[in-house]
Amino acid sequence: MLDKALKGSRGYWTLLVVLSGIFLVGLVTYLQQYSVGLGITGLSRDVSWGLYISQFTFMVGVAASAVMVVLPYYVHHYKAFGKLAILGEFVAIPAVIMCVLFVFVDMGQPRRVINILLHPTPHSVMFWDLIVLNGYLVLNVIISRATFRAERRGLPPPGWVKPIIYLSVPWAVSIHTVTAFLYCGLAARPFWLTAILAPRFLASAFASGPSLLIILALLVRRFSKFDAGKEAIAKLAEIVAYGMAVNVFFVGLELFTALYSNIPEHVEHFQYLFLGLHGHGILAPWMWTSIGLAVVALVILFIPSLRRNESVLVVGAMAVVGSLWIDKGLGMVITGFVPNSFGHITEYWPTMKETLIVLGIYALGALIITVLYKIAIEVREELQS
Amino acid sequence: MYSLGKILVGLGVFAGLVSAPAWYGLASGSKGTPPELEKSKEGKDCIEPAAYMRAKHMELLDEWRDAVVRRAEHVYVASDGQHHDMSLTGTCLRCHSDPAKFCNKCHEYAGVDVFCWDCHQEKKRGL
Amino acid sequence: MRRRSFLKIAGLGVAAGAIPIARALGRASSTQAAPGAATGKRWAMVIDEQKCLTKQGCTACVQACNKFHNIPAIPDPRHEIKWIWKERHENVFKEAVTPYTPAEVKERPTVVLCNHCDNPPCVRVCPTQATFKRPDGIVMMDEHRCIGCRYCMTGCPYGARSFNFVDPRPYIHGEPVDYPTRTTGVVEKCTFCAERLGVGKRPLCVEACEGTGCGAIVFGDLGDPNSAVSAIVRSHQELVRRRPEIGTSPHVFYIL
Repeated sequence: MLDKALKGSRGYWTLLVVLSGIFLVGLVTYLQQYSVGLGITGLSRDVSWGLYISQFTFMVGVAASAVMVVLPYYVHHYKAFGKLAILGEFVAIPAVIMCVLFVFVDMGQPRRVINILLHPTPHSVMFWDLIVLNGYLVLNVIISRATFRAERRGLPPPGWVKPIIYLSVPWAVSIHTVTAFLYCGLAARPFWLTAILAPRFLASAFASGPSLLIILALLVRRFSKFDAGKEAIAKLAEIVAYGMAVNVFFVGLELFTALYSNIPEHVEHFQYLFLGLHGHGILAPWMWTSIGLAVVALVILFIPSLRRNESVLVVGAMAVVGSLWIDKGLGMVITGFVPNSFGHITEYWPTMKETLIVLGIYALGALIITVLYKIAIEVREELQS
Repeated sequence: MYSLGKILVGLGVFAGLVSAPAWYGLASGSKGTPPELEKSKEGKDCIEPAAYMRAKHMELLDEWRDAVVRRAEHVYVASDGQHHDMSLTGTCLRCHSDPAKFCNKCHEYAGVDVFCWDCHQEKKRGL
Repeated sequence: MRRRSFLKIAGLGVAAGAIPIARALGRASSTQAAPGAATGKRWAMVIDEQKCLTKQGCTACVQACNKFHNIPAIPDPRHEIKWIWKERHENVFKEAVTPYTPAEVKERPTVVLCNHCDNPPCVRVCPTQATFKRPDGIVMMDEHRCIGCRYCMTGCPYGARSFNFVDPRPYIHGEPVDYPTRTTGVVEKCTFCAERLGVGKRPLCVEACEGTGCGAIVFGDLGDPNSAVSAIVRSHQELVRRRPEIGTSPHVFYIL
C-alpha cells in the first residue's frame, strides 16, 4: 500500500520535500543538543520541564481524541463516520510518534532510556506512561491496518479486530489520564495538584483533536476527491462544541477554587499566568489571546448557522486548536514551576534551537500524516471509480 | 524486469554503503591486529586472572558500581580471597594509570564506546 | 526437520550454554561493606539557625561540599548546580513569617539542602530508581542509571536537586579531588556524603561547620538513642521541618 504514497502531484511532493527539510533542520539541531546538553534550551534549575514536555502533553490529547471517531462509528454504528474513521485513526499514529519523540528529545541521557524497561518501576507514573503510550501506538497500527485493508477490498473489518477496537476506547482515555497523573500527584506543584486535571485534559483533548480532524478533513476534501461527508463534519463540530464548553467550564471551576479560597500557593500561579507576578509576565498576553480565541470558538460552535457553515466552522476549529494549544502547550506546564518552592521566579521561554527541534518533530508528524492520508485518498478514489 | 536499471543501481548503492567500513579500513591502512597494551606499573597480578578480566571486566565493573552506589559496599573479595577497594580510579587505575594507553586502546580498536571517563578520571579535568 | 535432529541440536545448544554459566557460578567472589563503615538506622541532621548567625556571611559548609564533590561553578544562574546553600529565612519558612516579622529575621540566611525525607516524592516518581531510598534513610543518587528526565526535580518540594545542563568539567576549578564528576544530562544532589559514611567519616558540611567553631550543623543516627541528634530531636521543643504538612517527613530539622 505504501506505493500509493510514491505517486503524486507536484504539490504533494513539494509538501513532502519542505516537511523533510524542516525535519532535517530539527534533527541537526537535536544532534547539537545531544552533544552539548540541554543547556541550549531555555530550561533552568527552577523550570525543569518546558516546551518539549508541554508539546508531548498537547499531542497526547490529539492522539487520545481518535476515540471520538472510533466510539461512535465502531461501537455505536454511527454510519455517517464511515469515511471519516480512517482519517481519525490515521491521525493517532503520528500523534503518538510525536509524543514519544518529544519525550525522547527531553531526556538528558537518551542512551540510557532503556533503563526504564531494564529497571521497571511501577510506582512511577512515567513508567506507566511509556507502557500505555507505546501500547496505544501498537493498537492503532493494528486497527488502522486491518480496517483499511478491509475497506480497500470493500469488506467490513475482520471479526478479530473488533475486541481490539473496543480495547482502544478505554485505552485512549487512559493515555491522557496517565499523562495527567504525571502532574496531578505532586505536592511540590500546587498549580497542578488538582483532581480536575485529568478531566480537563480529556475535555481539551476531545475539543482540540476533533477540531484538528475537521481541518484535516476539509483540507483533504479541498485537495482530493475524498469527501468525509457533510454530516460527519457536522457531527464532529457538535462534539467539539461540547468538548470546548466543558473545558472552558472546567477552567472556570479551577479559577473559582483557587481565587475564592485565596490560598497564596494557588492564587500566585494564576496571577503569574494571567496578570504577571513581581514584574514577570511573559505568558500573560498569550493567555488572554487564548481566552479571546476560546470566546470566538464558542460563539461559532454554539450558533447553529455559523457552525453549519463549513467556511466559518474551520475558523472556529482553528480557534479551538489555537486556544487549547496555548493553554496546554504553553501555559500549563511552565506555570507549575513559577514561582518555585522558595517563592523565586525564574521565567522560561524556549530558545530558537529548542523551537527548531520542536518544529522538526511537528514536521515529521505532518510528513507521516501526509503519506498516510495520501494512501487513504488513493484507495478511496480507486473505490469510488 | 520492470525498472531493472533502477533496481540494479539501488542495489549497487546499498552494497557500497553496507561495505563502506571495510573500504574505509583498507584505505586508512589499519592492519586489523589488536593493539599493544601498556603493562601495569606495579607489575603485580590483577585482582583476578588476566583471562577472566579480559572476558568479564565489564560485568565486574557493572557489579562494582551497583555494589558501591546502591548497596553501600566498598570491599571486593576476589576469588583468591584477597580484599580490594571497589574503585575504578582507586584500584584499577592505581596499576593501569593511563586509560589512554590501556583501556581506550582496545575499546577504540573494537569500536565499543565507554563513558567511564566522562565522570571518573580527575587527571583529565579542566580540559 | 525431523524431531530427533531438532532434539539433538537443542540438547547440544543447552549443553553449550551451560558451560559459561557453570564457570560463572563456580567463581567464588563477593562484595561486602568496608570495615569501619558508619552504620546507622536513620541518619538525620539538625541545623541551628541562631548558631549559624555567629559568623556573618559564613559559607564554610557550602565551600567544603562544593570543593570535595567537584561541584561546578557555572555562571549562568539557569544552569546553576548546588547541593547545599543559603536561602532567605522567609523563603524557607513561609509559615514562620508574619507581616510584622522584622526585616533582619526575614532576610536571615538559612542553610538548605536535600532533606532525605521518609516519604520522598522524588523517589516515588523516578522511572528507573536512579534515585532511591537506602535502609539507613539516605535518599541516594545512582548517577550511572539516571536518564536525565528531571521528573525528580519536578517532584521535589524543596528545590534540592540540580541538573547538568552542560558539561560541568570546564567549570570545576581547584585541585583535583578523589570524587567523580558528573556528566551532562544527569541530576545530582546532596547524598549526606554517603561515600564518606561508607568509610566511617562524617559529612563534609558537618565537619566544616565544626571547624569554624559554631557547630550549627549536627549530624547523626536517630536510631541511636545516645547520639547528639537524638538528644536534640527528642528534647527540643522548637524544632521545625520544611513544609511538614505535605507528608514527606523530612529528616533535616531546624532550630529557628
